[in-house]
Amino acid sequence: MNKAIADHNRAAGMGNAGIAALLSAIFMGLGQMYNRQWAKGIIFLLAELVSLYLIVTSLAYNLWGLITLGEQPAHMEKIGRLYRNVPGDHSIFMMIYGLVALLYIGLLVCFYIANIKDAYRIGKRRERGEKVNTFRETWRLLGNQGFPYVLLTLPAIGVLVFTILPIIFMVLMAFTNYSAPDHIPPKSLVDWVGLRTFTNLVTLEAWSHTFVGVFTWTIIWAVVATVTTYFGGILVALLIEQRGIKFKGFWRTLFILPYAIPQFISLLVMRNLLNYQFGPVNQYLRLMGFGGVPWLNDPFWAKVTVIMVNMWIGIPVSMILVLGVLTAIPRDLYEAAEVDGATGFQKFRNITMPFVLFQTAPILIMQFAGNINNFNVIFLLTNGLPANGDYAYAGSTDLLVTWLYKLTLDNQRYNFASAIGIIIFIIIAAFSLYNYRRSRSFKEEDMIQ
Amino acid sequence: MKQKRRLNLVLSYIMLVLIALVCIYPALWIILSSFKVGDSLYSETLIPTQLTLEHYKDLFRSQSDKDLPYLQWYWNTLKIAVTSMVLGTLLQVLTAYAMSRFRFKGRQTMMSVILILGMFPGFMSMIAVYVILLQMNLLNSPWALILVYTSGAALGMFVAKGFFDTIPRALEESALLDGASHSQIFRLIILPLSTPIMTYIAITTFTAAWVDFIFARLILRSRENWTLAVGLYELVSSYSSTEFTLFAAGSVLVALPITLLYMFLQRFLVHGLTAGATKG
Repeated sequence: MNKAIADHNRAAGMGNAGIAALLSAIFMGLGQMYNRQWAKGIIFLLAELVSLYLIVTSLAYNLWGLITLGEQPAHMEKIGRLYRNVPGDHSIFMMIYGLVALLYIGLLVCFYIANIKDAYRIGKRRERGEKVNTFRETWRLLGNQGFPYVLLTLPAIGVLVFTILPIIFMVLMAFTNYSAPDHIPPKSLVDWVGLRTFTNLVTLEAWSHTFVGVFTWTIIWAVVATVTTYFGGILVALLIEQRGIKFKGFWRTLFILPYAIPQFISLLVMRNLLNYQFGPVNQYLRLMGFGGVPWLNDPFWAKVTVIMVNMWIGIPVSMILVLGVLTAIPRDLYEAAEVDGATGFQKFRNITMPFVLFQTAPILIMQFAGNINNFNVIFLLTNGLPANGDYAYAGSTDLLVTWLYKLTLDNQRYNFASAIGIIIFIIIAAFSLYNYRRSRSFKEEDMIQ
Repeated sequence: MKQKRRLNLVLSYIMLVLIALVCIYPALWIILSSFKVGDSLYSETLIPTQLTLEHYKDLFRSQSDKDLPYLQWYWNTLKIAVTSMVLGTLLQVLTAYAMSRFRFKGRQTMMSVILILGMFPGFMSMIAVYVILLQMNLLNSPWALILVYTSGAALGMFVAKGFFDTIPRALEESALLDGASHSQIFRLIILPLSTPIMTYIAITTFTAAWVDFIFARLILRSRENWTLAVGLYELVSSYSSTEFTLFAAGSVLVALPITLLYMFLQRFLVHGLTAGATKG
């Protein structure tokens, strides 16, 4: 019977599949109904109706808002005999709504295409005379094959709303003039300005000077902070693992302590510990006859201080990692070296070091990337201070990230902040991608089993 | 030779003791300061001549001259951290499980997306998050903070995925043959096997929420809604050296649970740290 219909259709020049796809292309769900999948068809049909309603009532306006960012700022208007403040377009909200509308329409397009494909596929099945799934069967199939999607729905929504949407928004902001004092809604409008923020960052004297200074210090800091904690960790680990040292477990536990204390506590404590006037460190130095050191008050010393405090915080982690690697080095390598008469230093250089480096190289790169963004150490310890008169909104120890934070939270220079965010991202992404390609686990993940 | 060796050992011990002193001193100092009489940063001696519990009591007393609802902050932080821990762990485990055990369309793309998103500093999009929360009328609410902490949880799934990758697939295949559904497999086979990784994720998300400063400062506007991190930062920066001992007592109470937890579970945490790092 089915076969007869199929033959008939083919004779008419168009198969079930073609007609179903065409119908679905005209209006979502029609093809499914043509394929006699009524429930599915009605759901799709309703989805398109709702979407159309949304587009007409609000989405189209939102898209217009995204493109223009509003045309009328808040202003005074004469109503009757009184001037009243009339709220105008709020560019930033319009941008967010526009983005949401864009995302919605993007998803709708994907869904639409899937709907056409689905109609075509089911139609093909009918042409071959196969049975079409009932709604209940489809539902069960979805529960089975779609299980990973069911698991991922909630996390995906979270990431979409609180990570992806904000990131796109941030990126867009870098291309506007959203910034104090002249372009803060609702008082005034924000406009698209193309690449002007980026060129300003490089060409305007005050900004470019700060940018170059902060950028250089960020790189110096990241390199020095990574190297000191890394090699410090190796040294401490070797010290503990030396032959003849007793109570290895005791030392290890003791040295992990800085890692176990919450960072914001230890940093705030350090800030007091190194207080110039009353801090105990300077107190002892004075007792010993040295003058106090301006740990946090002098631009140069502040930089030394953040690096030293960072060592205190970071060495335990490296130590833990290196200790793990050290136990994995085969003993016989050392024994063979001893037979050949190698000195302790030679053994370290030719056996220990290559092993440790090879095993921990990916971590080293990640730590470098992490240090570029090491917000806590700088912000909680020095808050970017001491002040630097030559810099725009930044202090002597500010990193790019803390500068970004200050620009947004304290100074409302949102466009510059986002431009800096994009630059940071490019740096970090370059390192991480390099690292990622090197690590085998991604490519060969299925080979574990 | 032997003498040289002994000298070497003595030097090493001296080094170890010095490092130990450096490690312990800040912690010791803050604990001793919290028992010190008076309120100033300056102290004549390392070990205070007189000890008092007054500052701890002060924390839980409402005082007229300063606005420090410490107990309220503690309770807020606890509430936020525990809720984020439960929700965040759930989301992260679900994501990692789906990515590790299933091969579905778009999986590779999703993994790459997760990796790239993980590279953005979380607070780069701060202002956008702020505006979104403002629109949802959630600003200044602890739920906003919980939402921010948990919504990104899926991005940290690589450690857990590495763990799930090592569970033999034969386990599920045999269960499937016996007619188990996917959700049954997850509940009855995978979950019991993954207690170690669940504990690891739970502890890390809990501490992350417990110590976060950046978002807490951005989102929580009114004093009585603050978390400990914001409150203590404020205490240090606004009262500075005049209320130092109070800060010391407050810090000790904040740091103690986390520090003890980490010291007890160090082996365990270290394992997670290395596993996550070397496997990428």
